[in-house]
Amino acid sequence: MKLTGAQALIKSLEEVGVEVIFGLPGGAILPVYDPILESHIRHILVRHEQGAGHAAEGYAYATGRPGVAMVTSGPGATNIVTPVADAYMDSVPMVVITGQVGTPVIGTDAFQEADVTGITMPITKHNYLLTDPEEIPEAVAEAFHIASTGRPGPVLIDLPKDVSQAETKWYWPDALDLPGYNPTTKGHSRQIKAAAKLILESKKPVIYAGGGVIKGRAADELRSFAELTGAPVVTTLMARGAIPDDHELCLGMPGMHGNYTAITAMQRSDLLITLGARFDDRVTGRVDGFAPEAKIIHADIDPAELSKIRRADVPIVGDLTNVISALSRAVQSEREKKPSPDLGPWWAQLREWQKKYPLAYEGPNGDGLKPQFVVEKLHEVTGGDAILVSGVGQHQMWASQFWRFNSPYSWINSGGLGTMGFAIPAAIGAKVGRPDETVWAIDGDGCFQMTGQELITASISRIPVKIAILNNAYLGMVRQWQELFYDERYSEVALGKDIPDYVGWAESMGCAAFRVDDVDDVIPTIEKAQAIDDQPVVVDFRTDWTEHVYPMIPAGASNDEVILSKAEDPDATEDHVPAEGDTR
Amino acid sequence: MSSLEIATQNETRILSVLVENKPRVLARVSGLFARRGFNIHSLAVAPTDDPERSRMTIVVAGDDATVEQMTKQLNKLINVIKITDLDPEVSVQRELMLVQVKADPSVRAQIIEIAGVFRAQVIDVGTETLIVECTGTPEKLHGLEDLLRPYGVVELVRTGRIAIARGTKAPKLKAVKNKPAAG
Ligand SMILES: Cc1ncc(C[n+]2csc(CCOP(=O)(O)OP(=O)(O)O)c2C)c(N)n1
Ligand SMILES: [Mg+2]
Repeated sequence: MKLTGAQALIKSLEEVGVEVIFGLPGGAILPVYDPILESHIRHILVRHEQGAGHAAEGYAYATGRPGVAMVTSGPGATNIVTPVADAYMDSVPMVVITGQVGTPVIGTDAFQEADVTGITMPITKHNYLLTDPEEIPEAVAEAFHIASTGRPGPVLIDLPKDVSQAETKWYWPDALDLPGYNPTTKGHSRQIKAAAKLILESKKPVIYAGGGVIKGRAADELRSFAELTGAPVVTTLMARGAIPDDHELCLGMPGMHGNYTAITAMQRSDLLITLGARFDDRVTGRVDGFAPEAKIIHADIDPAELSKIRRADVPIVGDLTNVISALSRAVQSEREKKPSPDLGPWWAQLREWQKKYPLAYEGPNGDGLKPQFVVEKLHEVTGGDAILVSGVGQHQMWASQFWRFNSPYSWINSGGLGTMGFAIPAAIGAKVGRPDETVWAIDGDGCFQMTGQELITASISRIPVKIAILNNAYLGMVRQWQELFYDERYSEVALGKDIPDYVGWAESMGCAAFRVDDVDDVIPTIEKAQAIDDQPVVVDFRTDWTEHVYPMIPAGASNDEVILSKAEDPDATEDHVPAEGDTR
Repeated sequence: MSSLEIATQNETRILSVLVENKPRVLARVSGLFARRGFNIHSLAVAPTDDPERSRMTIVVAGDDATVEQMTKQLNKLINVIKITDLDPEVSVQRELMLVQVKADPSVRAQIIEIAGVFRAQVIDVGTETLIVECTGTPEKLHGLEDLLRPYGVVELVRTGRIAIARGTKAPKLKAVKNKPAAG
């Protein structure tokens, strides 16, 4: 059977089970947009290529399968660089197809030429520049395999126009030829045993669960392992929901804006059982002051993460579902030989911290709604039965702190790259991937202004997502830093509360829209939004611009220096570092 | 600080990297070193006996932890098949140097004699200069360079090292890595 390269591409995508492509056409990718008309693959037309990329990411988060985006050469491709970098940082499986100028003119600065494989080399797991239509099926098969196995990540295929136009004989590869790619999936048994020994010697263990638990779909294994060992679990920003927040072993989020107990438990721990986490600076603070007495067990699918930042005493390479179950078995068999230490005193200490320094805020009203209150009510009204997506900024931290994450795979945010504008397109992708779930995005006003136009995509393509803007009229997170570290010298952070008119803007994009100024309207408006399921909804919550994200560890400080708000420390009259923080 | 200075501060190590002979592999490898701040002392690359494979010999500078990271990061590249951290004790290293040196008739004979001692070849003779070709260990090439310098070096080119393990037994090699790496 003879096909054009373009037809071969679409057929290959069908072959690997793609059900949806997020994209936007243009000259160099035109040939591929023609056979899409005959394909059963759904194409969703975004309004900006960045939207296509984040939507593909949202789809991948929600389904666990690679998201697919397709754009044209040059500006189309450079517009999707941000989501590719985002997916690389957060290990999101994604396949991006970019059109390219014809092979005869590559390298001549042709119209809409950009060296996309060069540009994305450092931010893709792998990329391809195809020069022959015969390579297409193989490249697609490899790209999906690479994107979704091992440590997941984005793979990009750059397809020159003459290659998609030329004819080729159809075939489908029955084996992949990747001699340099063979991820280790099973943890080394000697290392597993060594880890089990350390676990059973530890008096102050902490399970440090990272995004790898989510990407590896290992939440069940994590929970059984935690229950077996009785060790407390901290869930990083990327791992929220890996074990339910309501579970008695869950201490919540550590790191720069984590809660006091999660942060301090790691600091005082004698053993960090690190599962799919990578000692990111947002978690560790100053590395040489981080968890000074802890031995480190570090399990990850990517060997390069082990001992990258902090030397691992027991490194384990493998797929977390395998590794965690193997750890559980090893702990069980070690226990038969030797009793394990009593974790009672450790838990007593943890409970005391939890009681003394809970997450708290003064509310529900200040100079506007308290953003934390809005997040709590969103959780309350939805019963937590929603996929939650967020942008980047203060609202992201409040979402992570005040939502109760009780099921895994339901929290989607940009952690590693911290990409403003992520929420709306990612929410669209998540809703497309799991149409039966309610999808709420908690967005900032600044973020909304970056990618809000994708709500047009949502309306026209009938993707009823719900957006809660925590509108503080500021680039709030930056304002907070200027307040604390630049002497309240506010530089270029004011956005304006009434311009744009978010309700008018949302309505013009085909959404239902509400504005909430009054505390009493918070719950009824969320209920109204919940009831709408045939169009996107935007709620403009006017929040208190003076509110801070606390606790906070200043960048570069040690994790012993947690700043609490006065609401969080009963002994305090103003925001400060509590005395215990300095003792050891 | 030049890479050379760093190289002398830290131990130099030789990574022998078997890669797929595909476009842009060199860019992937050199880009990785650049963006992660790893120092390359020299890099030599050419196809192997199997035309689908190339061999890169990369001389790097760094302590154990840095070289471990380099190896792991390299292993994540899909086109990298196998990395061997060559132990100088059980490997043979060679480098090729071409030197154009000032050689008026009064000193020509001396230079030819020096070349002879180093088993270097004089491959071009001009009226004012000679070109000397020499193969050997980096130390030997340094030695020859030092002796030629007083005559006036016009230009000097070196290939960077290539290296190969001695004997046939793999266990003699240090830290042989079959690429298991996920990535
Ligand atoms: C694309 C991008 N540009 C700039 C930043 C730096 N930055 C981080 S948070 C933030 C403010 C976000 O403002 P908003 O969306 O209103 O959220 P808020 O912090 O007010 O909740 C900025 C500018 C970023 N993370 N991403
Ligand atoms: Mg804001």
